[in-house]
Amino acid sequence: MTRYVIVGNSAGGVGAAEAIRQVDRNGSLTMISEEPYPAYSRPLIARYLSRETPEERMAYRPAGFYQALGIDLVLGTALEGIDTAARTVRLGGGRVLPWDRLLLAVGGTPIVPPAEGLAEHEYFTFTTLDDAKRLAAHVSAGSRAVVVGGGLIGISVAEALVKLGVAVTIVELAPQVLGRALDARAGAMARCAIERAGVQVYTGRTVARVVGRESGKRAVAGVVLDDGVEIACDTLVVAVGVRPRVEVVAGTDIAVGRGIIVDRHMATSVPEVYACGDVAEAYDFVLGANRLTPIWPNAYLGGRIAGRNMAGAEMVYDGGTAMNSLHSFGLSIMSAGTVDPPADDAAYEVLSCEDAGRGIYKKIVLREGRVVGMIFCGAIDRAGIVFGLMRSGVSVKGFKERLLADDLGLLSLPADLRREWMQR
Amino acid sequence: MSRVRIVSREAACIGCHLCEVHCLVEHSTSRQILKAFKRERPRALARVHVEEHLPATLAVQCHHCSEPMCVYSCLTGAMQKDSETGIVTSDPERCMGCWTCVMVCPYGALVRDEARGVVVKCDLCSHLVTPACVAHCPNEALILAEVTP
Repeated sequence: MTRYVIVGNSAGGVGAAEAIRQVDRNGSLTMISEEPYPAYSRPLIARYLSRETPEERMAYRPAGFYQALGIDLVLGTALEGIDTAARTVRLGGGRVLPWDRLLLAVGGTPIVPPAEGLAEHEYFTFTTLDDAKRLAAHVSAGSRAVVVGGGLIGISVAEALVKLGVAVTIVELAPQVLGRALDARAGAMARCAIERAGVQVYTGRTVARVVGRESGKRAVAGVVLDDGVEIACDTLVVAVGVRPRVEVVAGTDIAVGRGIIVDRHMATSVPEVYACGDVAEAYDFVLGANRLTPIWPNAYLGGRIAGRNMAGAEMVYDGGTAMNSLHSFGLSIMSAGTVDPPADDAAYEVLSCEDAGRGIYKKIVLREGRVVGMIFCGAIDRAGIVFGLMRSGVSVKGFKERLLADDLGLLSLPADLRREWMQR
Repeated sequence: MSRVRIVSREAACIGCHLCEVHCLVEHSTSRQILKAFKRERPRALARVHVEEHLPATLAVQCHHCSEPMCVYSCLTGAMQKDSETGIVTSDPERCMGCWTCVMVCPYGALVRDEARGVVVKCDLCSHLVTPACVAHCPNEALILAEVTP
């Protein structure tokens, strides 16, 4: 009987557990989480903060999930060490657990950029339900918040705060908001929507200094940006992103790059040890190489592949890529892959069109005749077809222009490709 | 494992849009055509759409994929595939309207219900013997078939 241990209880861990149980009903399966909750939808913490989604509706899986899958769920317990020779993990409280297959789905920790006075004062991060609870208890209508980070997390927390009646300022280091997901044009459209909601946005700036209300106390009175601009606030949220928690494999032979390096089976460099999700550096089908793509769908997809392989039913990871569907502040923008190729690189071809009156902007990036990047703003209903072309890697020579047309659909594909596509 | 899905036959499609009409009616509150179109607000949504690039027309709905990217990518767990029937459904109570499923569906088959902020989709009319679109297609362009995998 195989003993499976999954460290982590979010998208990746759940994906692996479900895949393992599709193959192996008998092995013992233990899931370990530092957090005290059954798996919940992390992206919903913004809606929890804005009081749109109560805690009981955040469950990622229905009640009875763990029991139905025969999972021994260990909550509120930290991983303290991995012994890859003895094949054990050491947990908080001194418990030692043996494993035959180990999955590390431990996620990331919030990046906190250095700023003078930051450590001495109260600030909030925004990646867990407990983070959202702490922030919810702190703010109220009329609060003034500075959000450091104009990426996905920053924008989502900013929107939730606006809904609570909080005056919000976003400070982003890059020259535009959502710089990793969008090009300059789409970034400007997003910024417009964010500012329309009353949010003040500073780009190309960082918080240089945090000012306290009273000497020796942790309460924040404001921040000073690197150009000297002072912003008064009572709430400081650091939402720059996450970095992989690679420290969990310190002292082992498990190879680490920017994250834990995994192959196309989601296996690490050490036999019987797998990794997935935000902690893993896994295959990206656009890049054709490993990279970090810390997004929820890729965590589940990678976890699913890890689980299959852990249970002995071989399955190769097709890879994930950066992809996002932005829906905050009334935006409807989808982006994936390489959205902003270097302008001087002749290997890329960019197709785009814009209809400002209808709020529509579309961009498709090609390399060697294949879709490697896309942005769809305002007209998103059939964008999945382009994403599908990108995933499948087929050449779009001969019909590429039709992918930007208003009537984009399966009929935009050549008949033979469509026939194959429709048969799946 | 084989699965049942609606197969759309482009060559037989006449572009009449009756599938859309009857899908909408079947997913309305009254399930009566006049009330569904004239009275119910917001109007129910069809979960099938007919693409037109004349003379070609093609009805498109969910394929209830064996490897459903929408289910795997769902941020909240609202999108699920039934392990017995293979039917992919979205729970409106749990959907947050992030449209990630819309982005990863290679058929463009998912429908945004913007009024309610949730995605809606073909449920194969699981309460009926024959899905409404299949039953009302005048030229058997839509048929219920068992496919593999």
